[in-house]
Amino acid sequence: MSSSKRSTIIVEHLRKQQMWDALSRGKRLDGRDFSEIRPLVIETDVIKKANGSARVKLGDTDVIAGVKIETGEPFEGLENKGALIVSAEVLPTASPYIEPGPPDEEVVELARVVDRGVRESEMIDLEKLVLVPGKIVYTIFVDCSVLNADGNLFDATSYATVSALLTSKLPVFEMQDQKVVDTGSTQPMPVTSSPVSITAARIGEHVLIDPTAEEEACMDSRITITTTDEGFCATQKGYTGSFTPEQIKKAAQAATIKGKEIRAKLKGLTVNNG
Amino acid sequence: MTQTRNLIDEDGKRTDGRGPDELRAVRITVGSVKNADGSAFIEFGKNKILAAVYGPREVHPKHMALPDRCVLRCRYHMVPFSTDTRKNPAPSRREVEISKVMREALEPALMLQDYPRAAIDVFVEVLQSDGGSRCAGITAAAVALADAGISMHDLVASCAAGKVNDKIVLDINDEEDKEGQADMPVAYMPRLEQVTLLQLDGRLAPDQFDECIDKAIGGCKMVYEIQKQALMQKYFGNETELKEEEQ
Repeated sequence: MSSSKRSTIIVEHLRKQQMWDALSRGKRLDGRDFSEIRPLVIETDVIKKANGSARVKLGDTDVIAGVKIETGEPFEGLENKGALIVSAEVLPTASPYIEPGPPDEEVVELARVVDRGVRESEMIDLEKLVLVPGKIVYTIFVDCSVLNADGNLFDATSYATVSALLTSKLPVFEMQDQKVVDTGSTQPMPVTSSPVSITAARIGEHVLIDPTAEEEACMDSRITITTTDEGFCATQKGYTGSFTPEQIKKAAQAATIKGKEIRAKLKGLTVNNG
Repeated sequence: MTQTRNLIDEDGKRTDGRGPDELRAVRITVGSVKNADGSAFIEFGKNKILAAVYGPREVHPKHMALPDRCVLRCRYHMVPFSTDTRKNPAPSRREVEISKVMREALEPALMLQDYPRAAIDVFVEVLQSDGGSRCAGITAAAVALADAGISMHDLVASCAAGKVNDKIVLDINDEEDKEGQADMPVAYMPRLEQVTLLQLDGRLAPDQFDECIDKAIGGCKMVYEIQKQALMQKYFGNETELKEEEQ
């Protein structure tokens, strides 16, 4: 959804007025508090052809992530680490405003912010994913598809990515006669932490967590803050407005508290799937 | 980011000899591109970045025009010889993202409703890259916009803070960006006290987040003074000369 397309989401004046009235009373149009996220449903192992997968519903936003694991050359400058790439696309099914085509800048930003959270948290111990140092490493592709868009694609995509990675089964590759051979057996991913992103939107003076598409159409600015058990690992301010330093610090506190709740939910996933 | 090498010595000096709260050398030259409506060349450490502004001008393609305000377009681009290994000149995902956050960092400062149906184009070309090129680019672009005479609420000044050797330091350089523990670029409008860009790459402990933002904002305020000085230099000549004339 490019910004020009987002502006085509028309929120009627009356509806906008209703939103403002509700916000000034400390409520949102769907009845939530400012710091309340929508119901979050995570389903894992939904695609058998993938090494790991997850479908996340955050309210009416619906995202599916699939992990495919192959071998390849390491990234330049990171010769002794496995490669990890997160990409995202918003499918034309997701909303009447999406058209098929190469990812526009908003989708590039979405993929990069989710990628940054996974990368900077060092969620996956990539040093354990090397076959021939400097030459052949595991390459993990996480591809996310937004099936239905109702706001806050950042968090829904981030939860889908992390859930899919947590429950992925890593194929065991071996070198035989200088060739990579798939042994057919699998092992759990070398996971060290679970990054959780929390996105907040500012509408006027109000800062609300997990905005819907309708709220995003009225927002001035947006901030995404990713945390792990140890602290902060990634942040991105987005959209055309600004924040005061105090609003950012408050959002960071909210991200820490909410992040803990969601991380507890993600921990359940790892246990269930052994 | 896990740090493997010591980046601060026993005397508290960083790899380029700076202290923890010291900015790299910053020099801004206003009006260095003759054909542009506004321009600025910034040297920020080893960064050499040119920003040029064209507009307000007619929008092409025409369907992009907005009836009530001006369209702001921004392109951040690195030339192929600006990096250690040659950079493919086609825009990368990184450049697409930086172009977007840069536009969003500048937009709050501009009175776009003053120029309906028009476009303002901001081109930021990185000729030589060092750490913090997006911050230097935003800083130069804000000066170029002011030089173009665009109505503005404030300048946008930008500077990063980050974590090296578990310490929060100002203005991360290339080595510290690649080998350090965290990098937080911030853009700030000092007069309005508004943050217009905030990103974070790397890990910060819970109590370090606020410290890092505050340090980066402090750096933005230093950069702001250099921006104003550069604009004064172009439009009013050397400030010390002015003072001498007054006496």
